[in-house]
Amino acid sequence: MKFSILVLGSPYSNQSVNTALRFAKAVVASEHSLYRVFFYHDAVQCGNALVTPPQDDVDIPAEWQQISETDTAELIVCIASALKRGVLDTTEAERYEKDSSNLADEFIISGLGQMVDATIHSDRVITFGP
Amino acid sequence: MSDNKAKRILWVFRQAPYGNSLSREALDFALAAGVFDQDVGMVFIGDGVWQLLNRQDSRAIAFKNHQKLLSALSLYDITDIYVDQVAITDRQIVPHQLSLKAHIVSDTEITQLFESADVLLNF
Repeated sequence: MKFSILVLGSPYSNQSVNTALRFAKAVVASEHSLYRVFFYHDAVQCGNALVTPPQDDVDIPAEWQQISETDTAELIVCIASALKRGVLDTTEAERYEKDSSNLADEFIISGLGQMVDATIHSDRVITFGP
Repeated sequence: MSDNKAKRILWVFRQAPYGNSLSREALDFALAAGVFDQDVGMVFIGDGVWQLLNRQDSRAIAFKNHQKLLSALSLYDITDIYVDQVAITDRQIVPHQLSLKAHIVSDTEITQLFESADVLLNF
């Protein structure tokens, strides 16, 4: 079965992000597949490369990156949610003349259409949070 | 129910329009799905019914007016809108205070709406 995940919560503030992560790992480890993970609302901070957790805490962006490396799942960060929360890739940073970009590797900035597409092409869509 | 092309996607709005931007972002998402010709339905339950109240004025809190956003739904041909009867009654909202034409539905009907959808999106 093809799964897609919609993540809404803020990493390190909402348990829902950790739950989404654990669910994603379970899907990848099973006979099912993960089609797409869409980070929307506060969850776009999951794709912030500058996130620096203390050593005894989970590195949420790194955990998501691992999932994307072990599976074909795409990690999409919603452009509208991301820009206003200060998560930009190099293209957007240049477009808005910002000094730097901070989108973590493996994450892709794209539009809501990607989530609509995921809804159409997945057998199940699971929402986490906020 | 859905045909082969379009999926029946039901948005469930559970939160008040202000104090948090979740409702607004959920609405943006629904409008995007409308553009992709999906069968979009919306149901407002619990505190989500506050979103439908008319005469909203959010200028004092520098937040976009939610009612204006909702009024765009008809432009996207999203007219399949439901409101939880119990929720509006509990909050002493009467039907003529709603800014959109919506079907007022019972708990049983809401359950049926959930069951007939291909995808449920909770906000």
